[in-house]
Amino acid sequence: MSDAPILEFKNVSKTYNKITKALSDVSFSLEEGEFVSIIGPSGSGKSTILRCINRLVDATEGSIIFDGHDISRADKREIHQVRKKTGMIFQHYNLVNRLSVIENVLHGRLGHKSTLSGVVGLYTEKEKERAFEILEKLGLTEQAYKRCDELSGGQKQRVGIARSIMQEPRLILCDEPIASLDPSSSKVIMDHLSNINQTMNITCLINLHQVQVALKYSRRIIGITSGQIVYDGPPETLTQDIIYEIYQSKEGELITDVG
Amino acid sequence: MLDKLFKISPRAWRAWLSIQSRLNKGNSQPEKPQQKEKQTSIFTKRKRVFTLVFIVVATLYLVSSAAAEFNLIDGLESFPKAFIWITTYLVPDEKSLSNLPAILAKLSETVFVAIAVTVCAALCAFFFSLLGTTTTKTNPWLARMVRVVAAFFRNVPDVVWAMLLLFSFGQNVLTGFFALFFATFGLLTRTFIETIDEVSADCVEALNATGATTLQIVFQGIIPSVLSVIISWILYMIETNIRASTLIGILTATGIGYQFDMYYKMMNYASASLVVIAIVVVVIAIEITSTRIRKVIM
Repeated sequence: MSDAPILEFKNVSKTYNKITKALSDVSFSLEEGEFVSIIGPSGSGKSTILRCINRLVDATEGSIIFDGHDISRADKREIHQVRKKTGMIFQHYNLVNRLSVIENVLHGRLGHKSTLSGVVGLYTEKEKERAFEILEKLGLTEQAYKRCDELSGGQKQRVGIARSIMQEPRLILCDEPIASLDPSSSKVIMDHLSNINQTMNITCLINLHQVQVALKYSRRIIGITSGQIVYDGPPETLTQDIIYEIYQSKEGELITDVG
Repeated sequence: MLDKLFKISPRAWRAWLSIQSRLNKGNSQPEKPQQKEKQTSIFTKRKRVFTLVFIVVATLYLVSSAAAEFNLIDGLESFPKAFIWITTYLVPDEKSLSNLPAILAKLSETVFVAIAVTVCAALCAFFFSLLGTTTTKTNPWLARMVRVVAAFFRNVPDVVWAMLLLFSFGQNVLTGFFALFFATFGLLTRTFIETIDEVSADCVEALNATGATTLQIVFQGIIPSVLSVIISWILYMIETNIRASTLIGILTATGIGYQFDMYYKMMNYASASLVVIAIVVVVIAIEITSTRIRKVIM
């Protein structure tokens, strides 16, 4: 089974408002269980790639194959199926701040439930047990009944991770998961993501601004500049010159040059 | 403490000036005149803008007061006379106190109508705003329609609504009810749309990504996020509507407004003043309560 890629981009292009070109002719594929980082300057199309996969954004051209189905022209029901199977983690956590941690984690089950039981928030005992198990794994047991706006940034992002695991996804999309966090919480988050990838065999696709973090954690890096892939390979062959090409800059102009 | 500060400040200012001049001397010479010229031009520009604004405001006042035949000095002169009149005639006496039960009955009627109107309008406005918000991505055309309708209802003032509705419903409670309903509905729809867009856009995106349906998103994401803000707005609108319904009552011959109008026209000033006092007390009491509630829920 593992020889068929879980996700395949074939010549995908995306143009916003018929003017702004976000992606042009992007092609790559992900194997099941991979941990891939996408790096590139702001506005280069990293977020657009992730959002095309769970159809928060519709690709203009090309096809996206997820788990054997072409989802680029999927109807409402198929989109629902794709979203059920993909978790998403956001830079600003995107939790319902006025609800408790456990309620936010259980939101991950909404896609699997009937509309009515989701509306009234009726979860099975099994789902609740699972939610607490996940919270324990992420070290949030004590916070379970706290309201999300009482948490720190790192804790909020762990709730975000818990919510996406709750979906039992095949793929987790992370959009700048550590961009608003301090270095120590960033490490905690990246360690958890890496751990999830290895122990649960969930494929991870992560947008990152921190090149060092991408080099350390991922086994494959995709570099993207103005909507085009300029590098796709292991971290070992990502030379300084390629990094300069990705960020369209010269030596001494990047913060990574300082160290 | 304060005068010490004032004593020090000129001295400190002079010291600051001397430091400045010394620093300026240290600077390279050719740059200085250019910099000075630039600075003065900014200050003269600001002065010019202030003068212009002052002239425009003064002209507007003079033209409009001439058009309305309003004289500020005459207006101010009549103040003491008005005050004396109020203190001699607008004082409740023993006889007027016998009217108190009737006044309170009318007042509570007005207050309950205002509360009922606000709650009804808020419920309708919330469902309408769900269609009008761009976060749920229902239908862009429908959203635009909702916004236009809300803008229309909002921009017609409640008193004008009352006048219009007088033709179709005549002078009764229903007229006042609908007049307040339309104005409140318009305002709240727009406010709720803005609140939903502002407060819940992020979590709506996340819930969308988990595959939740629109109804689930509304109940699990939007409502918990915006509820406290919405309740706070409803409380505020209840306060506003109690005040507005007093005025509208004069037009529609209902409630406490009419009671006041009647006493006033019958020259029963003592009772009219009792109405005013009752209104003020109730409005203040409701404002205090709603401020407390708002503090708790926010």
